[in-house]
Amino acid sequence: MKLDRRIVWTAAVAAILTLALTALLVSIIERKQEARHTFFRVAEIDEDTEDPAVWGRNFPLQYDSWKRTVDMVRTRYGGSEAMPRNPTAADPRERVSQEKIEEDPRLKRMWLGYPFSVDHREDRGHAYMLIDARYTKRVLEFNQPGTCLNCHASTAVLYRRLGGGDIFKGFEALNAMSFAEAVKYATHPVACVDCHDPQTMRLRITRPAFLEGIRALKAAQGVPNYDPNAMASAQEMRTFVCAQCHVEYYFLGPQKRLVYPWSKGLRAEQMFAHYEEAAHKDWVHAETGAPLLKAQHPEFEMFSQGIHARSGVACADCHMPYKREGGMKVSDHHVRSPLLNINRACQSCHRFSEQEIKDRVEEIQSRFIEARNIALDALVDLIEELSRARALGLADAQLAPARQAQRKAQFFIDLVEAENSIGFHAPGEMLRVLTQALDIIRKGQVSLRQAQPLRATSASP
Amino acid sequence: MQGAGALGTALIGVPLGVLLGVGLYTFGYARGYSYLLDEPEVCTNCHVMQQYYDSWLRSSHRKAAACNDCHTPHALAPKYLTKAVNGFNHSAAFTTGRFPDQIRIKDRNRRLAEQACLRCHEEITAAIRAPHQADDESFSCVACHAIVGHAQ
Repeated sequence: MKLDRRIVWTAAVAAILTLALTALLVSIIERKQEARHTFFRVAEIDEDTEDPAVWGRNFPLQYDSWKRTVDMVRTRYGGSEAMPRNPTAADPRERVSQEKIEEDPRLKRMWLGYPFSVDHREDRGHAYMLIDARYTKRVLEFNQPGTCLNCHASTAVLYRRLGGGDIFKGFEALNAMSFAEAVKYATHPVACVDCHDPQTMRLRITRPAFLEGIRALKAAQGVPNYDPNAMASAQEMRTFVCAQCHVEYYFLGPQKRLVYPWSKGLRAEQMFAHYEEAAHKDWVHAETGAPLLKAQHPEFEMFSQGIHARSGVACADCHMPYKREGGMKVSDHHVRSPLLNINRACQSCHRFSEQEIKDRVEEIQSRFIEARNIALDALVDLIEELSRARALGLADAQLAPARQAQRKAQFFIDLVEAENSIGFHAPGEMLRVLTQALDIIRKGQVSLRQAQPLRATSASP
Repeated sequence: MQGAGALGTALIGVPLGVLLGVGLYTFGYARGYSYLLDEPEVCTNCHVMQQYYDSWLRSSHRKAAACNDCHTPHALAPKYLTKAVNGFNHSAAFTTGRFPDQIRIKDRNRRLAEQACLRCHEEITAAIRAPHQADDESFSCVACHAIVGHAQ
């Protein structure tokens, strides 16, 4: 019995088509199911669940993207690059990011006498926050307080444990420890429990320093007793959870309490005024003897001065944009530069090509870098002039105005330099702060020349 | 052929029947007929369209024009050709998952939408239109009137 070949072929083609069609049908069914059921409770989670892997069993998509913050990628001016290093007993890291004080010696000069002049690497993803804090020379070669861990580890569970359920007591206990003591309690970098309520998954604030800082800020704006956990909108919380750490701060008094200097407002002048009132200094400059302030990553403060904040955009809109996974929509917990994720981060609002958007951002950043370089050069000039005047034997009273100029200009320049957007979060404001710094430096230099007129004239023929 | 007749018929007939059956079921289950209709609701059969539909409901054109008024030609044959081409592209994209989260209109569809503006607004814009407007994105109607139809 012989079958006609055409019959066999037709049957085969029909079978293959049926196969493809069934695959399509199953795919459609899966998508529809995904859209219907976005969450399956596999693990029980409560306030004591610190390990993100447990949360990840219920929220695998968010967990997977959270883990991807290990990626080290450069953008044109920012981002980190994996540099191999030989692990030692003191520092077992096999890869680190680039050393910034070697790339730009002006930074080292600016921070002379302070641990930052010994080690200051480019920051990298959330996954590294704990290991990089543990092994920086700023910790290994200097005594630091446990306060550092407020933002270098997951602390929501730790605060409750140390404080017997009271996060403020736990906060104070952590601050009072030495870093070496405190770091023994640290188990994870920032984790789910730090930003999410374990029952409802709603965003929440767990950092006492932010609760105190935002309360002081709102009080200055005429809103008493502000509590973000009760009073902030969902969209505000998408910024506030980040602002628990991406802010300017200092350690107050012998208790080393973590304080955000917002009692007068978020702008450079207002934060500086807070420091003046508190008569705070972080260190004394090794060359000039000026009492200085080290500024740290004021992303929230600077972003708040920019057009995106004004338009109601939150940190998470660009740094954790929504993404589609099959039929599900999740916010991307792979927190990173929007420049590495332009389609999701920018094109949801800006209808230009990816290249056009990238070009615009880099133009803003290039302008900032140019202004920042001018300001850093000027600051180094002031430091040199101050050191010379000091060596010539000018009295402290004569040096005081120039030292104050160094204090203020250093804080202003450091503020925009430490800010992680390379001028993008508030382009106009950040250039304004640099311009103010240049004016302060100029006046400081003038004060030195007025203090030593005889030497200045006798030096010229 | 004689002896193979019954078997041959079965070999062709059964697979073709299964194909037809599964095909019809898939078409029905996935609401494939959506593509043949005009109601704007059916476009949200695909989840990605939900946000555009939602904002169209709040747009100035809600009472003047629905999805197909701007996104397909009006003559019957070109209209269904456009639906067929887009339908195929969309299905392929959704099945493979190879499409960006923030979807962007393709050139052919952008030109169609641009022509659709003129269907109603040709006379009043006659004096201000650029010569090759349909081909130049920077002179297109929606370059300025970006959210008259829907946001984004």
